[in-house]
Amino acid sequence: MSSAQIEIQLIASLVAIACAIPGTFLVLRKMALITDAISHSILPGIVIGFFITHDLSSPLLIVMAAASGVLTVILVEFIQKTGLVKEDTAIGLVFPVLFSIGIILISKNANDVHLDVDAVLLGELAFAPFDRLFIKDIDLGPKSLWVIGTILIITVGLLFTFFKELKVSTFDAGLASALGLSPMVMHYGLMTVSSVTTVGAFDAVGAILVIALMIAPAATAYLLTNDLKKMLVLAITFGVGSAILGYWMAHALDASISGSMTTVLGLLFLLVYLFAPEKGLLSVLYRQRQQRIEVSLLTFLLHLANHEEKEERHVQHLNEHINWQKVQATSVLNLALKNNMITIDNNIVSLTDKGQHFTKEAIDYIITNKNSEIEHMKDRFFLFRG
Amino acid sequence: MNPQEYIELVFTDYTLRTITIGTAVLGAICGMLGSFAVLRKQSLLGDAISHAALPGIAIAFLIIKTKNSSAFLLGALISGLIGTFWIRGIIKKTHLKSDTALGLILSLFFGFGMLLLTYIQKMPNANQAGLESYLFGQAATLLESDVWLMVIVTGISLIVLLLFWKELKLLLFDPDYTKTLGFNTKFLDILITSFIVVAIVLGLQTVGVVLMSAMLLAPAAAARQWTNNLAVMVILAAIFGAFSGILGTAISASQNNLSTGPVIVLVAAVFVVFSFLFSPGRGLLFREIRFRKNRNDLQLHKTLSFMYNIAKTHEDISHPHAIRILNNFQGFTRKSLQKLEDKDFVKIQGTMWSMTTKGYHAAANLYNQLLKQEDE
Repeated sequence: MSSAQIEIQLIASLVAIACAIPGTFLVLRKMALITDAISHSILPGIVIGFFITHDLSSPLLIVMAAASGVLTVILVEFIQKTGLVKEDTAIGLVFPVLFSIGIILISKNANDVHLDVDAVLLGELAFAPFDRLFIKDIDLGPKSLWVIGTILIITVGLLFTFFKELKVSTFDAGLASALGLSPMVMHYGLMTVSSVTTVGAFDAVGAILVIALMIAPAATAYLLTNDLKKMLVLAITFGVGSAILGYWMAHALDASISGSMTTVLGLLFLLVYLFAPEKGLLSVLYRQRQQRIEVSLLTFLLHLANHEEKEERHVQHLNEHINWQKVQATSVLNLALKNNMITIDNNIVSLTDKGQHFTKEAIDYIITNKNSEIEHMKDRFFLFRG
Repeated sequence: MNPQEYIELVFTDYTLRTITIGTAVLGAICGMLGSFAVLRKQSLLGDAISHAALPGIAIAFLIIKTKNSSAFLLGALISGLIGTFWIRGIIKKTHLKSDTALGLILSLFFGFGMLLLTYIQKMPNANQAGLESYLFGQAATLLESDVWLMVIVTGISLIVLLLFWKELKLLLFDPDYTKTLGFNTKFLDILITSFIVVAIVLGLQTVGVVLMSAMLLAPAAAARQWTNNLAVMVILAAIFGAFSGILGTAISASQNNLSTGPVIVLVAAVFVVFSFLFSPGRGLLFREIRFRKNRNDLQLHKTLSFMYNIAKTHEDISHPHAIRILNNFQGFTRKSLQKLEDKDFVKIQGTMWSMTTKGYHAAANLYNQLLKQEDE
């Protein structure tokens, strides 16, 4: 590994961490799309900043860009408050307009601006090590490393200082304001941090990867845990992991680094989306099937409890009477047998003592505790689940 | 170039005519289908789909190795649909919310598309040039065949909209009721979503991935302000969209270095801002005027009822009182007093006021809902 390669991976990892922290809160606050808006609408800020300073590396650019990011948030909220359109429409209206203004500003002055829309939108991490910071001719390393490092330190500092406040205002804004924690300050603080992070990260990794790095690790982590601290740690791990993996994938394919980092994030999310315990697609589908059968079982047992007469309890009759498919009827019957709820004598189904006990409690439950979970009852009675 | 010359040029110049018709048709179809997207609260779906279409274009190029806009459209359509259904899967089957799902699919698909594009650029094949035009759109690359394709798709979607109008309208406003009536809501849902995807994919070449969502939203959001009727809204949105296309093309053609896509978006944004401010029913200006008027009416009522309470204590209701005793707390101003006099509720003589019989009755029945008040 050459020193440039190490530097690129270091920058990518720092960006991933700096993005994952605000990203986690944005995902939890259902504001993930505001990053999309910010990352596009900082373009006019950068262009105007460039017109003023004629220097692409001036800190004024970051200030202007962050200001236009915050302006986006304010505009979106203003339009929402008028109630003329829905929230998402407000986002969808604001950022293309600001982005268009940015593009037009660039294209009208194309001759004297060395600013490329592609570069702004997509970034080029491979060039980051060549833009170095010098103080009195001493090489202090790549400039973007310093920029993102500073942002990261501030973000982490804010996170530790205001963790409790952020947590409360994220999950219960009402409680937060009752406790005097001012959710509004937290909201705009988070928005400012997101804007600054987006700006600081975008010239290293591009606007689109910023969105991916903010949302994808947090969303992936959210599928695995319900604990805020664990979610933060997981999101950071996923971000850094895919940053490094993505770099080597880009190296192998000789393609865009930011593109392959996003692709790794995508694959990671797909994997977790399919296989996450409890919240993944497969386990959700499995649970839904299980619950369908268990509900059928309950209906079936209640039917038995209601009918003394033999013809109502004949196996064949149940097929037609409750209108089940043959397969389902068989699996429900088997489940009931396995759980010792019924006995089948000469094709006549009857409840056992345990079955009667269960149906009695189930009826009590249905009549009285509508809101509590039936799962405890199932745990007590079922030897085998559906 | 004056407008007349420009209009002549539109009819004589092949490129300009193609672009103008193309953007107008695109604006119309986007406005039409965008109305449904806006009302279904799927505004940002357009943004997500347009980004999600990128890998489809790149894969189509990798397979056929040449540039062919219909193959690209097909690729974009397929990957846009995959993106859409994945978004629905995430929202339905996990606890992630719609904003997270949209942002995820948008950025992940786009990043994958960029990976493929940069990979393609490194390939020893000169044909790849121009693939980037899908990022920001280049209306100048529109051909007559592209415009025909747009017209045909617009025609088909118009027919489908008319055929399923009643069902779609019902689905839009009350999905549960639609289901109980026995309509196949899943089919209708997929139908309208697919058409939205088609419209987005058609627009990619002209306005590009990033600005496509505004094409879809802006005309519909503007049209929404003028009416509460779905049919009127759809027609208005189509008109707004078409005019944004025509005007945007005209402005960008008359200037140097002005790409068409962003200008069209800005023109559409002007429509939106104008509608937000000046629409008579919902616009901010008229809302503020109504608000002021209501406030003034309320102040007037307060003054009147205060006067009534004083006059009530006297045998002669028209007994004169000093204006001094009406203070600001009762919402009294010189202007409102003048208004009351104009309505013949009070008489003013010098610094004294007295209530008329008409004013007394009006004040007595001020809060009586059964009697319709004539002063409103």
